[in-house]
Amino acid sequence: MTDTTANPPARSFWRDIDLRAVAPFVALVLLLVLGTFANDNFLTFNNLLNVVTRSAYIAIIAIGATFVICAGGLDLSVGSMVAFVASLAIMFMNSGAVAGPVAMIATAMLVMVLIGIACGLANGLITTVGRIEPFIATLGMMGIYRGLTTWLSQGGAITLRNADVSAAYRPVYFGDLFGIPYPVYFIFVTAAIAAFVLYRTSFGRHVIAVGSNEDVARYSGISVERVRTMTYVIQGLCVAIACLIYIPRLSSTTATTGTMWELQAITAVVVGGTALRGGVGRIWGTICGAFILEIVGNIMLLSNFVSEYLLGAIQGAIIIIAMLVQRSLVRKS
Amino acid sequence: MSAGAPARDGAAAAPGGEPFVVASGLAMAFGGVEVLRGIDLDIRPGEVHAIIGENGAGKSTLMKILAGHLKPTRGTIGIDGQPVVLDGPVDAERRGIVLVHQEILLAPDLTVAQNIYLGREIGKGLTVDDRAMNEGARKAVRSLGAAIDPTTVVGRLSIAQRQLVQIARALLVPHRLVIFDEPTASLTPIETEALLKVIADIRKSGVAVLYISHRLPEVKALADRVTVLRDGKLVATRLAAELEPLAMAQLMVGRDVSKLYPDHAPPGDAATVLEVKNLDVPGYARGASFSLKRGEILGFAGLVGAGRTELMEGMVGLRPAKGEIRVNGKPVSFAGVRDSMAAGIVYLSEDRKGKGLLLEQNLRVNLTLASLAKFVRGLMLDKGAERAALDAAIGEFDIRTRSKDLLAGQLSGGNQQKLLLAKMMMLKPEIVIIDEPTRGIDIGTKEQIYKFIADLAAQGKSVIVVSSEMPELIGVCDRIMVMREGAIVGEVAGERMTENEIVVLATGVKTSEAA
Repeated sequence: MTDTTANPPARSFWRDIDLRAVAPFVALVLLLVLGTFANDNFLTFNNLLNVVTRSAYIAIIAIGATFVICAGGLDLSVGSMVAFVASLAIMFMNSGAVAGPVAMIATAMLVMVLIGIACGLANGLITTVGRIEPFIATLGMMGIYRGLTTWLSQGGAITLRNADVSAAYRPVYFGDLFGIPYPVYFIFVTAAIAAFVLYRTSFGRHVIAVGSNEDVARYSGISVERVRTMTYVIQGLCVAIACLIYIPRLSSTTATTGTMWELQAITAVVVGGTALRGGVGRIWGTICGAFILEIVGNIMLLSNFVSEYLLGAIQGAIIIIAMLVQRSLVRKS
Repeated sequence: MSAGAPARDGAAAAPGGEPFVVASGLAMAFGGVEVLRGIDLDIRPGEVHAIIGENGAGKSTLMKILAGHLKPTRGTIGIDGQPVVLDGPVDAERRGIVLVHQEILLAPDLTVAQNIYLGREIGKGLTVDDRAMNEGARKAVRSLGAAIDPTTVVGRLSIAQRQLVQIARALLVPHRLVIFDEPTASLTPIETEALLKVIADIRKSGVAVLYISHRLPEVKALADRVTVLRDGKLVATRLAAELEPLAMAQLMVGRDVSKLYPDHAPPGDAATVLEVKNLDVPGYARGASFSLKRGEILGFAGLVGAGRTELMEGMVGLRPAKGEIRVNGKPVSFAGVRDSMAAGIVYLSEDRKGKGLLLEQNLRVNLTLASLAKFVRGLMLDKGAERAALDAAIGEFDIRTRSKDLLAGQLSGGNQQKLLLAKMMMLKPEIVIIDEPTRGIDIGTKEQIYKFIADLAAQGKSVIVVSSEMPELIGVCDRIMVMREGAIVGEVAGERMTENEIVVLATGVKTSEAA
């Protein structure tokens, strides 16, 4: 029985600190130190701001992934969903359905959000109502979104043709406010809203409960299917937000847009301390994880230790190392 | 030897010859907190030595030390008169000490034989010798007085059969001391009786048995000697023949417990609050009809697998069910458990850890989970209100916790049950269904829970108690429905509310021995 756990030892202050929550931030600091040694230009305001800006897509997508994973799910389709949503949005803007560049962009943004939500809803309903393992369901959807994108682009690129729209849209990625690029605001505003939803609302509590133990949630009167589906919708919405700032950067998509982004998003979530089995979600840890991934890439680029062609391999190694670290921290605490 | 010990008075008359295992001065501390201290114990060949104590008394810790899972912080263990250091469970097993875990640790998709030989398969060249293992497994199971086909997949077996398979697996290695950790916790009376026979047979072969249990009548019937632990200390070791269950209980809690069941006046001709007619839960229960009055405590008895739990889950909307349900005379239908909660009915699952509480979340999150809507202010959850509710619940339900930031899984079984009660009472129900209210709970907490049930009824709420413990049902309930194979086969009340009457109905066998 639980005899030994009924009276666990009193823990000291240091033991009370959850190592899993702190670990990603410690890792971030260590990386900053390492980067400083690697290259003199690393620890400059401009370089770091650049790094943060470039991490925006993965950070925002990973915020959605935090919800999905926290509720005990998984979404492998995010990378191809980006390609699909962005492609449709560019095609919509090319159609010239709305007059005036600004009105067109606003409408296109709304379209992206709606498509993202629809894609997330599809993923959610397939896993919950269809009762298909999230791994298989979203693996299938990954193929579908990617295939549709390839078909839409006929294997080539889908490019924003209207120069006025393109020019009006560019500042959303390249512009700044008080010297801080807009994508950085996108990251922090999205994260703040996500943290509010996850930690302060009853929906967030339900997400954590469902991920902790779905039976307990069900016996407590929580609709497990609805909560899980909603996390996929949030994931779709986050993908759409990432697309909002993706299009102004390149004004174009191809069949390979967003390739391997699912790996990066899930890595950011895991590095951030969210448990893959569900029940624990760390929004700010996820943001930290996304920064870590981008900084690793940046250090590889600035230094000549490792070829930058090995970036994917390094990211794959990071998720495995993060899992090992997580597990060893669980054992100790 | 512990000081001031009436403790050793049974030792001289103990059966068997030289002790097999002698523990002296065992102490265990986790991070500076002693959970066990000054334990002197000897275990002799051919005796059943029972260890009893409330949750948190240190039974499991002691057992884990003896089985090599934990190293004591102080004290020594001697085997055959030689001091030894047990270097892990494998070493303990090598020395003849085997532990039968309380939880079923079998792979459900493997067969009985594959499970019994898991990790020690009999080989034949490069392949495993299935025929030899099936034969060995058949013998091993038969020696326990059971007939289970060794090629059956474990997932198809009943809990009792799985337990036997687990015991067979443990006994496959040469053994001189077998430690049983609450083996009967999830067994029905008849299955328990069969298991006790198995243990008595093990004793007959000259093997020592260490038996941990909450069920004192069982201990009385089976054990040769009884050691009582309280708060990590050894209170007494006595001959079982000299100790009545009531005296055991008093030693365990350190005070008078002669009045376990509270007084409760039957409701008389109060209004009917719940009426169920011809309720079918496909695959589990059929044609169930019963009614419940305001202020009444209604029991549901039956063997494990009789469909009691499933009937209740079907009624509250946790499983598909068909039939007529009336609450306060109005027909209702529950598409999901939310609907029945809204109608004032709550169901507390028998599976406290699996379906009742989020073990990895803190007490506050658990307490408010079913009634979260009450804590929403605007868009946000009001954590202050949640904390206040937790303070109130800790007081009202006497939840004993050293810190409010503890995780639910860190509470003892009894306190978990109190927390689950508190959680469901947050919904302010009129009808409370409690499934196995005291499973795995110590006697002190049991008393509190019985009192709580009686108080609920006295306040005009209605309670349904589903239990496999007949004395509990008889002690607490006004009326008892008995189920067998998915059907309600009878109802007993008043003078007819006896264990014998219930067993006859539950088994369908008229025998005076069954009780």
